[in-house]
Amino acid sequence: MPLLDVRDLSVTFARRGQRTVHAVDGVSFSVDAGEVVGLVGESGCGKSVTSLALMGLLPRQRGVRVGGSADFDGTDLLKLDPRSMRDVRGRDIAMIFQDPLSSLNPVVPIGIQVTEVLVRHRGMSGDAARKEAAELLDRVGIPDPTRRLKEYPHQLSGGMRQRALIAMAVACRPRLLIADEPTTALDVTIQAQILELLKELVRDSGTALIMITHDLGVVAGMCDTINVLYAGRVVETARRKELFAGRRHPYTVGLLASIPRLDAGRGEKLTPIRGSVRDVLPWTEGCAFAPRCDRRTEACVGEPPAMTPTHTGHEFRCVNPFPLSQPEEARV
Amino acid sequence: MTLAPGRKKEKLDRLAELSAVHDDERGVSLWQEALRRLRRNPAAIVGAVILTVFVLVAVIGPFLVPHEPTDTMGIREGVVKSGQGLIPGPSADHWLGYDHQGRDEFSRMVVGARQTLLVGIVATLIGLTIGVLIGGVAGAAAGLGGRWGRLVDSVLMRIVDMMLSLPSLLLAVSVAALLGPGLTTVMIAVGVVSVPIFARLLRGSMIAQANRDYVVAASSLGVRESKIAISHILPNSLAPVIVQATLTLATAIIEVAALSFLGLGNPDSAVPEWGLMLADAQPYLGIRPELAIYPAVGIIITALGFTLLGEAMREALDPKLRR
Repeated sequence: MPLLDVRDLSVTFARRGQRTVHAVDGVSFSVDAGEVVGLVGESGCGKSVTSLALMGLLPRQRGVRVGGSADFDGTDLLKLDPRSMRDVRGRDIAMIFQDPLSSLNPVVPIGIQVTEVLVRHRGMSGDAARKEAAELLDRVGIPDPTRRLKEYPHQLSGGMRQRALIAMAVACRPRLLIADEPTTALDVTIQAQILELLKELVRDSGTALIMITHDLGVVAGMCDTINVLYAGRVVETARRKELFAGRRHPYTVGLLASIPRLDAGRGEKLTPIRGSVRDVLPWTEGCAFAPRCDRRTEACVGEPPAMTPTHTGHEFRCVNPFPLSQPEEARV
Repeated sequence: MTLAPGRKKEKLDRLAELSAVHDDERGVSLWQEALRRLRRNPAAIVGAVILTVFVLVAVIGPFLVPHEPTDTMGIREGVVKSGQGLIPGPSADHWLGYDHQGRDEFSRMVVGARQTLLVGIVATLIGLTIGVLIGGVAGAAAGLGGRWGRLVDSVLMRIVDMMLSLPSLLLAVSVAALLGPGLTTVMIAVGVVSVPIFARLLRGSMIAQANRDYVVAASSLGVRESKIAISHILPNSLAPVIVQATLTLATAIIEVAALSFLGLGNPDSAVPEWGLMLADAQPYLGIRPELAIYPAVGIIITALGFTLLGEAMREALDPKLRR
């Protein structure tokens, strides 16, 4: 049984006088204990909303509706009352955010922010909490942790701030970590360090990790299973190797083709996916990607495409997928 | 590239150290940074100097005054010596001359400074405390409390709106009329008038903070809403309130003087207070206009000092102007 099993998760934002937005529209995926699962897609595909919904962090107000189920070790996270959900957050599931500077309180020293979690969930206090906090900082690779504890977020470099946030997230040894674009706000060398750190933490502690990113390079290096999201639905899901060797969905192919390549000739242009995320067909009227798709056929419009399973567990949501045997076609 | 795990760790450590070096300039907190910027602003310096002098005069001045501010006996000698009529002007012995009851004007100005400062500060503190309580509760409720929170917020803010819709001097006069004249009345009246400003300001700035990433990050770690409001949102929302408190001190001093002038303050003129001195000087404007000018100038300069410092603090603490 998987650690987290998300079934038909949907999130809609309704506002009077405006069309209801289906930010997440029936996303299903599962995460096994110790597994690294990637959620990939461009801006607006519903990655972050998915993670916020799982954490119960979407604003509680009229107009925000969450549906489906998210079974975490026997309890449905989406049905949990706010009080119990608060106990789960930080203790069983923790999250790492995109922008480490704005995710840390600017007027509170790092040490207090790290100990806060320990006090809240592990009932530690005073010296014990401070000592543990220093050990946590040390574990995530921050040198001279006792001094750093007294410092404010703006005194740390970007990479170190992200390390501090990671330390806070892993403070209670959660069983599931959700990393929402954890490297986007960092420069490339620091990105590599942070990914290395996350990998190490996952390997050492057996924590499961949901890696949310738009960067296929990141998932290629880390994830065991990859879910590609488009317009609020999973369009392709596969083990890492299968996905990179035998991608089937035109959107996945387009994503991979648009990555800059080291072996590309000088002056060779990148291959973008045409159109923009706004050119979306509602899923109820066919494939949402159809308006941007080169392999579009008559069958794409009319009714929503279903997930096509294969015997390897590789699934894709497309009526006219790339054939399996010719991955070179992807480079067109 | 394959490295042994140990060497890899070493390499990472070294990288982390390298990235730590360039931001190692000794860090400063928000307030230290603001102080540094204040020191570079000439308006702030002027304001600070004025206030330092004012506070020194108010605190130690009354122990050093050349004459008792209540002594009316010295006047006989003064009238004879100066030959300037019944309210003699400045002399070597009485630097600002006598007031209409024959008391030393300079001593009264100095002792009056203490009264003015005390009443101004207490009034501002009253306004600040009530305002921060109302604004803090409303801001936290609106920012984090869901549907019930928004209700609490609406109720509190409508009360504040009602206070805000009354002209401040009228409100002060009504409070004073309700409680009877006296210094306490004046302090409460002026304090109550400044409540809405503090409440609105703090609530607005807390709501703005409630959507910030670090608040979401804190709640993603399971931190309780009450704790988030007090230890994360509140400290980030206080800067504008502190600036407002400095500016309110200026208006409080003016309003205190105004209420005393209107006769709502301490009616006993034995305790000198600038507003009261101003009122007392009124009948003698034709003979000795200086008697009105001294307290007026005192009020203006102190208010100016607080305003200059307050404005400079606002600039120093404004993150948008930060370089």
